[in-house]
Amino acid sequence: MAETDTQREAVLTAVERVTDRIAEEKGHLTDLDSAIGDADHGANLDRGFGKALAAVEDSEDDPAEIVKTVGVTLVSAVGGASGPLYGGSIMTASQELEGGITADSSVAFAEAYLKKVKDRGGARIGDKTMVDALTPAVHTYKKSIEEDELSPVTALSKAVDAAERGVRFTTPIRANKGRASYLGWRSVGHPDPGATSTLYIMEELLAVASEYCEGDVETDAEADQSPEETPGEGAE
Amino acid sequence: MVGLVVVSHSSKAAEGICEIAAEMGGEDASIVPAGGTEDGRVGTSADLIRAAIEEAGQSGPVVVLVDLGSAVMNAELAIEMGDVEAVIADAPVLEGALNAAATAAGSKATLESVREAAENAAGVSKT
Repeated sequence: MAETDTQREAVLTAVERVTDRIAEEKGHLTDLDSAIGDADHGANLDRGFGKALAAVEDSEDDPAEIVKTVGVTLVSAVGGASGPLYGGSIMTASQELEGGITADSSVAFAEAYLKKVKDRGGARIGDKTMVDALTPAVHTYKKSIEEDELSPVTALSKAVDAAERGVRFTTPIRANKGRASYLGWRSVGHPDPGATSTLYIMEELLAVASEYCEGDVETDAEADQSPEETPGEGAE
Repeated sequence: MVGLVVVSHSSKAAEGICEIAAEMGGEDASIVPAGGTEDGRVGTSADLIRAAIEEAGQSGPVVVLVDLGSAVMNAELAIEMGDVEAVIADAPVLEGALNAAATAAGSKATLESVREAAENAAGVSKT
């Protein structure tokens, strides 16, 4: 992607789309969270992203600064564990975008975000948390760009698929972290709300990336390269 | 002097725990609650915790007692964002706060001795 203005516009569009999507899914996320948690995930994220959008809407800042402001606002406005997990991790990872948004810096952002979520929350794969969607997504994105030399949009699309499989993986397993872990075996049979909202956000990022990155990719990938399955991905 | 901050999802719980712990800490104890969210909901707030740490840390470092999940994460964030030297005690919030208050009142109290006192509450049997 080219200049700062376009990147700013893309980032603001992403914040807007994510905010709209979370508002649409608010009820559903809260339903998921009432099954295995404290029933506040939809409302918390909706409030957080609403305030984040208001904070950056007419911003003239650099894209990295806008992303950071979104993180800072989520930390202040969310109130549940998603505040530090989403907001704090976005804050930290935004540093990777300071030189602009490229295929490489987006991989660095994704990795920094995943690392912070894992450090902050202490969850590992299989604990039935957002980490179960995020880890395969970030690994797939990195591999698709660095090893397979796919375009960022194609890579992100594969990452979204991986996140979706990650969400499905959370359904039949027992929670070991977060509020759901207090339910023990009763947590089995429900998808994790944090993994689900992670997927929704990634789907919106993919939509925006497709809109802004078409024909303008850093890695010069063969867009029609057949998407290979990657056995074992996400298994750490 | 070592200050204490009690973080709970409920502002009432945080205030109540401070009330009980303050009995152990004497008049000079600096025990500050940081419960609930800024708009009064159940939850925790990094901003509220940060403000509480600053208040409790006016004359020394601060030990932070926490209840569940986001309390731990928001307390970590609050410590990272602020300038006061502070640590989280890996302790049950009420018993830990009592032990910490009793120790913090002593003239030889250090950040480590108060944290250790709080963490010693983890193994206390009630029956």
